[in-house]
Amino acid sequence: MTETDKAASTATGPKTNYLRIFERFALILVWLLLIAGFSIAMPVSFFNWGNFSILFASYAPAALLALAIIVPLTAGDYDLSVGATLTVSSCLIGVLNAWYDVPIVACIIIAIGAGVFIGLFHSLFIVYFRIPSLVVTLGSTSLMTGIVQWMTNSSTIGGIDNALIMAVVGGRFLNVPYVFYYALIAMIIMWYIFDFTPLGRRLLFVGRGREVARLNGISVDKMRVGALITSAVVASIGGVMYAGILGSADPYSGLNYLLPAFAAAFLGSTTILPGRFNPLGAVVAVYFLGTGITGLTMLGIPLWVTNVFNGGALILAVTISQLTRGREVTDIG
Amino acid sequence: MKNSETEVLDKQNKAASLTPPTLRLENISKSFQATRALDSVSIDVMPGEVHGLLGTNGSGKSTLIKVLAGFHAPDAGGRMQFNGQDVSLPLKPSDFRRLGMSFVHQNLGLVPSLTVLENLRLAQIALAAKSMINWRREKAAAHETLERYGVHIESWRRVDELSAVNRALLAIVRAFEEIREGSEITGKPGLVLLDEPTPFLPKEGVEKLFDLVRRIKAHGSSVIFISHDIEEVMQITDRVTVLRDGRVSGQIDTRDATHEKMVEMIIGRKLERSADRQTLLTEKKPTFASIRGLQGHGIPPCDIDIGKGEILGMTGLIGSGYDKIPYLVFGATSADGGSIALPGAEPMDISAMTPKKAIKNNFALLPGDRAEQSGVGSISIFENMLLPDIEKYFSHGFLSNRSMKKEAFRLGQEYEVRPNDPGLSLGALSGGNAQKVLIARWMKRQPMLLLLDEPTQGVDVGTRDNIFKALNLAASKGMSIVCASTDAEQLAEICDRVLVFARGRIVGEITGGDVSKDNITEACYGSVEAVENIIHPQASQKTQS
Repeated sequence: MTETDKAASTATGPKTNYLRIFERFALILVWLLLIAGFSIAMPVSFFNWGNFSILFASYAPAALLALAIIVPLTAGDYDLSVGATLTVSSCLIGVLNAWYDVPIVACIIIAIGAGVFIGLFHSLFIVYFRIPSLVVTLGSTSLMTGIVQWMTNSSTIGGIDNALIMAVVGGRFLNVPYVFYYALIAMIIMWYIFDFTPLGRRLLFVGRGREVARLNGISVDKMRVGALITSAVVASIGGVMYAGILGSADPYSGLNYLLPAFAAAFLGSTTILPGRFNPLGAVVAVYFLGTGITGLTMLGIPLWVTNVFNGGALILAVTISQLTRGREVTDIG
Repeated sequence: MKNSETEVLDKQNKAASLTPPTLRLENISKSFQATRALDSVSIDVMPGEVHGLLGTNGSGKSTLIKVLAGFHAPDAGGRMQFNGQDVSLPLKPSDFRRLGMSFVHQNLGLVPSLTVLENLRLAQIALAAKSMINWRREKAAAHETLERYGVHIESWRRVDELSAVNRALLAIVRAFEEIREGSEITGKPGLVLLDEPTPFLPKEGVEKLFDLVRRIKAHGSSVIFISHDIEEVMQITDRVTVLRDGRVSGQIDTRDATHEKMVEMIIGRKLERSADRQTLLTEKKPTFASIRGLQGHGIPPCDIDIGKGEILGMTGLIGSGYDKIPYLVFGATSADGGSIALPGAEPMDISAMTPKKAIKNNFALLPGDRAEQSGVGSISIFENMLLPDIEKYFSHGFLSNRSMKKEAFRLGQEYEVRPNDPGLSLGALSGGNAQKVLIARWMKRQPMLLLLDEPTQGVDVGTRDNIFKALNLAASKGMSIVCASTDAEQLAEICDRVLVFARGRIVGEITGGDVSKDNITEACYGSVEAVENIIHPQASQKTQS
């Protein structure tokens, strides 16, 4: 026992602290290197503010999805359905506003209400019937995709109220559309809750040790339900943004955000606060992946590479995050 | 070894010259660094014999089982013979089938989600050279096997649908089938080792299990029967070996033995007359909590009073239910009924208790399963330590990591956590230090009622003393503490009073100056008989005659 104690105390010397600091900012460093690389390759077309402002705006819904995902992930549940939830939300706005002339504010309220309903639906099966979250949200993805196809006749719906478009991408600050700042606000709120409230700590304990959490007086089931509802609501807000960016409702393309968002959630857990899913890391990771895809596309790499890149990034991100945690475990001895 | 034991050995040696014992162990020793867990243990198990193996926790019993199972290599100098043939130790997995040896451990080793048929024929199916499985024939074979042993279980049932008794019977039938097939080839008897198969079975179930053991015995094979339950050992075994402190403390023919004699061999001294103990009563502490009619998880309604500033121990043999009480009171597992009354308050319904409510009432529970129930290894020390109090560090809209770490550091000094670095993950600490962190978590709240389950399991001696000191100090300041443990020495050291459980009931109470390691151990082994008299007075008379 004393030997392990000694080993543990020497392992926490100042040497490892530098490593920890480097680890926290490694992803940001790699991101900057990536930007530098593409900028050298394409000094005019890539390295200009206009390009970045498009990048920041167009990946804002993905950033919201990554933020949505990390809430149930921290509580120990998967939500694979955030892409489909985003699509449901944006198509509800399209159908109600463009086809049935429902005022845009009412449409947004209904879309977010749909998010609450989806979260409750997931909770019923995941928390009440104890079905694995992977199964439930995989199933509900297909379920929602089907409903969207029925609702929209599988067609893109144009003619959404201009007020929404203006609110999302019409205004700019520092030449970057508002939607990016909405995502930043969501990130800051989430960061505050995760890092600076007892709620965030409880959520962490629920995910890492359900029984420990319960025996310390935490209402584990309520926390999981709350996390699933939060995830669906944030995803449906992402849908509202997506409708505003496109000015129309697309029944298919929303699902494309799922993979980069998941990859970002895991990649984000290797940075800023390594070993924990964290909002800052997730958003940084979304833009890191977005930069990669944008740069590769501009270099004229064919479309299929995007899929390869996203899929590869997801597997790699989860592996790295596992190794980060695994290394902690070996530290733990 | 005294005269009676050498006589027994002589008798064995004479018998051995005629037919060799199924299993002969000679001078088996096993050392772990400085400690000698087994010291020159010799045992003969004759063909057709049910051989009991008894001993307290730490007597070397489980080490011996692990040596037999090939898990530990014994020290040089030991010898093992099987049916007169030398066998090299440690045994390899392939040896068991070849020799005709099979183990049924307490967890039974069945696959709960598979059917009876699949569990029973798994080995044969896996070993069959053919690529097709004839399920009809397998089913017929399984049915025939079960009938042959008088076990009536439908072969298509999933194992998790079976009662505890049928599951145990199935595991034993499977083990015996394994050795029967072996002995058909070699023409020699096999050996089944049953490691505590009974503690979770009802009385009728035990009878069925014994019927099965008798059939195996009639077949000429041998059984090693391990149990804490002396009544059962008296009932089923032909001969008994008792281990104490790693040595054989006695071997005796069951028909020559009495219950008292066996307890004596187990704990190593003469039994006192229990009447003497009742006289020594120290001053009673005023009652803090009165529990009435608490029941659930195999515990029939029981009443417990916990004194203010009292350290109340709970103990019993495995399966006796003593360890359920802290969890039921805290609402960690749900009770079927019962109430708990605290001074100056309405009695609370324990069946409606939740951990949250319990914490609100200033109860605290330190579970025995540190990794699963107590703390999260991948989260930092200070977060683990202050989890139930986290609200206190949230002010002006921000949770202060700094003041949490400061408080955790202070507590770390008080409870001597090493290294005292609150930012480390909890898992970075040794078991003992992690336990200090988790004890500090609850002690700092100064609970009125502290519930502990095996608080010093896997904890080094120094830490153990620290924990005891902290508990004694807290109790002297008025904290009521319940400590469930099988460790008689530990209970003797800290408890004012110890309740002894058997089959879910409180069958003994040791108080004041009588609280000693030996008295507690003795009460545990005596308890089964006591409870037999409560539940089945006739049955117990029958076994004694």
